[in-house]
Amino acid sequence: MIDTGMVIEWIIKSLVLILGLTGGFAYLTWLERRLLARFQSRIGPNRAGPFGLGVPIADAVKAFLKEELIPHYADKVIFVLAPVITVVPALTVLAVIPWGEPLQMFGRQVSLYISDVNVGIVYIMAITSISVYGITLAGWSSNNKYALLGGLRATAQMISYELALGLSMVGPALVAGSLSLVDIVHAQQNTLWYAILQPAAFILFFISSTAEINRAPFDMPEAEQELTAGYHTEYSGMKFALFFMAEYIKMIAVSVIGSTLFLGGFDGPFVGQFPWLGPLYLIIKTVIWLMVLIWLRATWPRIRYDRLMSLGWKILFPFALLNVMVTAFVVALVG
Amino acid sequence: MTDIREVSVNELRHLVSDRALTGETMLLNMGPQHPSTHGVLRLLLELDGEIVVNMIPDIGFLHTGVEKTCESKNYMQSEVLTDRLDYLNPMGNNMVYCMAIEKLAELDVPERAQALRVILVELQRISSHLLWLGTSGLDVGAMSTFLYCMREREVILDIFEMVSGQRMMTTYIRPGGLWRDVPAEFEPAVRSFIDYMPAKIRTYEDLLKKNELFMDRSQGIGVISGEDCLRYGLSGPVARASGLNHDLRKKQPYFGYENYDFDIPVHTTGDVYARYRVRVEEMTQSLRIIEQALNRLPGGPVRSNNRKYVPPPRSELGTSMEALIHHFKLWTEGFSPPVGHVYAVSESPRGELGVYMESDGSPKPFRVHFVTPSFVNLQALPLMCRGLFIADVVAIIGSIDIVLGDADR
Repeated sequence: MIDTGMVIEWIIKSLVLILGLTGGFAYLTWLERRLLARFQSRIGPNRAGPFGLGVPIADAVKAFLKEELIPHYADKVIFVLAPVITVVPALTVLAVIPWGEPLQMFGRQVSLYISDVNVGIVYIMAITSISVYGITLAGWSSNNKYALLGGLRATAQMISYELALGLSMVGPALVAGSLSLVDIVHAQQNTLWYAILQPAAFILFFISSTAEINRAPFDMPEAEQELTAGYHTEYSGMKFALFFMAEYIKMIAVSVIGSTLFLGGFDGPFVGQFPWLGPLYLIIKTVIWLMVLIWLRATWPRIRYDRLMSLGWKILFPFALLNVMVTAFVVALVG
Repeated sequence: MTDIREVSVNELRHLVSDRALTGETMLLNMGPQHPSTHGVLRLLLELDGEIVVNMIPDIGFLHTGVEKTCESKNYMQSEVLTDRLDYLNPMGNNMVYCMAIEKLAELDVPERAQALRVILVELQRISSHLLWLGTSGLDVGAMSTFLYCMREREVILDIFEMVSGQRMMTTYIRPGGLWRDVPAEFEPAVRSFIDYMPAKIRTYEDLLKKNELFMDRSQGIGVISGEDCLRYGLSGPVARASGLNHDLRKKQPYFGYENYDFDIPVHTTGDVYARYRVRVEEMTQSLRIIEQALNRLPGGPVRSNNRKYVPPPRSELGTSMEALIHHFKLWTEGFSPPVGHVYAVSESPRGELGVYMESDGSPKPFRVHFVTPSFVNLQALPLMCRGLFIADVVAIIGSIDIVLGDADR
C-alpha cells in the first residue's frame, strides 16, 4: 500500500543516505589522512579549519574547478560513462541495510531502512558486481597501456574475490535462515554476533571484501609504484573525483555490510529501550572497521598480483566452500 | 624545433623480440617520468601480459656533463660538482675526489681529519641506506617505513648542516683535510644519534624482516649469481648479497679503516631480500665504526700544512706576506698538481666509486672520470628482471639502489 507519506518518507530516507554517504566519503578521506599521518609520525592536514576539517571541502571545490581532460584517442562516450557506472552502485548498495528498529516519528512508524528486500544479500552481491564494469571500461576506454593493465587487474581481482565474498556471506544467511539483512540482525540479537558464531566466514569476508574494494594490501589495480595510477591514470577533475568517491563509498559500504552481517548491526546495549541508539552503534562499528582498513594500509606492503590471484582461488575459495558446507551440515543437524 | 613523431615498432626491431612486431607482446615505456624509477630512468619493457619478456634501460635523462665541466674549472671549483653526482652521497664523492688529488700531489691528511672523514662518510652511508630503505619499501607499498626513514635521515642531515652549513651539497671534505674543524656540538650530536639509531633499526626490521608480504615480494626475486656479478663488474651491497665478500674498506683500506673493528655483511641468495638484509646490517656496522672513531678521535689540525694546496688560516693573512701570496694564488688560479694520472677508489653506499684523474700540470684537471656504481650495477637490471612480473621490476630497481645523477654524470 503506497500513500503520499510513504513516497515522501522514501525520498527523505534516500536523500539522507546518499548525502550521508557523500559526506561520509569526504570525511573518510580526512580521517584517513589524519590517521595515516599519526601512524607515520607526521601531523597531517591541519590548516583548513580546526583539525583540518575544511580540507575535504577544499578538495571538492578543487575537483570541481579542475579542467577535465579527455585523451585524444579515448573512446569518449565510455570514458565519460565509466565513472558514473562505478559510483552509482556504490551509492545504491546500502539501501537494504537496517540502521535501527522502527521509530515513531510525525505520527507514523518510520523504519530505518530504505527497503527490506527479502533477498538482501543477493541484492548486495548483484549491485557490487556492476561497479566492475565501470573500472574495466575506464581502463579500456582511456587508450593508455597503464590504464589497460590496471583495468585488467581490477577485473580479474574483483571477479575472483566475489566468489569468496559471496560464499562468506552465505554463512550468516544459513545460520539466520534468511537472506534479509533485517532478519539477520534480529537473529544475532537472539544469539551471539556472527563474528563469534561464524569466525571463518568473518575472516573470509574481511579479507575478500578488502580485496573487492581494492584497498591495501590488495590495492593492485591502482598500484601507483607500478602502474602510475592504474585504471584512472587518464582521468582528471570531477571524473577522477568520482572514482575516488566510488572507492571510498565502497569502503564505507563494505564496513557497514560487514558490521551488519557479523558484528550485530545496530545491535548494542540498551538498544531495546532507546531505538535511536541503533544508528549510533552501527556508525561506531563502521568507523572502527574503517580504522582497521586504514591501519592495514599504513602497515603492510602490497601483495603481488599473481599471489593475490592464487590466494583468492586456491585458499579463500576452497575455505569458503568448506565453511558453507560445514555450516549447512551443522544447521541441518541442530535446527 | 624538432617535430614530434611517432616511433614505429620497426625502428625498435633490433631491441625487441619478433613477437612484439606481430603485436603478441606489448611494448611499454616506463619512465622517465614514473614514480618508481628513482629519478629519470627510462625502461622500455616488452610485456607478455604482465610478464617481462625483455627490458632495455635507457639512461641519460639526467646527464649534467659534470666530467666535461670539470675540465674547464680548477680543482677546487670542480669539487663542488662532485656533490651533485650521487646526491645521496656527497661526503663520499668529496672524499674520493680529494683522495685522487691527495694521491696526485702526495698531500698528507692529518690524523684528526682522517678520523672525521670516516665518521662523516659512515654517517652518509647510513643516511643513504635509510633513503634506500624508505623508497624501496615504498616501491612494494610499505608507505610508513618511508616516513620513519626520512625522520631518522633528518638527524644526519642536521649534523651535516652543523659542520658544513649545508644539508646535502656539503663540499666539506677538501684536498688535504677538511674545510674547517667540526664545532663543539658535533660530538654530542653524533653520540646521541648512535645511541638512538639501533632501536630504530630494530623497528624497521620488525616492520619488514619477518613480514610475510615483504618476504613474498622480495625472496627469490631479481636473483643474480656471484658469477654474474663478477662478469658484469657489480659491486657494493648488490655483490655482497650474492655471496661476494668484497668491500674496499677491508680490501684496500683508506683513512685508517684497517684500525676499526667491523664486519662485512654477506648473504648468498642474491635476491632482493638478501640486498635488503645486507644494507640493514651495514647500517649497524657503520654505527660501530662511528662509535670507535669517535672514541679515539685525535686532536690536532684538520688540514695539511702544505700551503701550495691548502689555504693558510685567516689569522696569518694580516701578518705573513707568504700567507697572503699563497692565499692570492689559491683563490685566483688554484693549485697545480704535478703532471700524472691516478685512480683513487672508495666504497660508496652503492659500491665501488672511483675517480680517474689526469693532470697536465695546469690548475685545471685535464680529465676527470668517475667510475660510478649506479652505472655499473644498472647494467644487470635486464638480467634480473627477465621472466618476472612488472611489479617485481619496481622492487628490483629499488633493490639495486640506483641514483641517476650517479649513472649519468
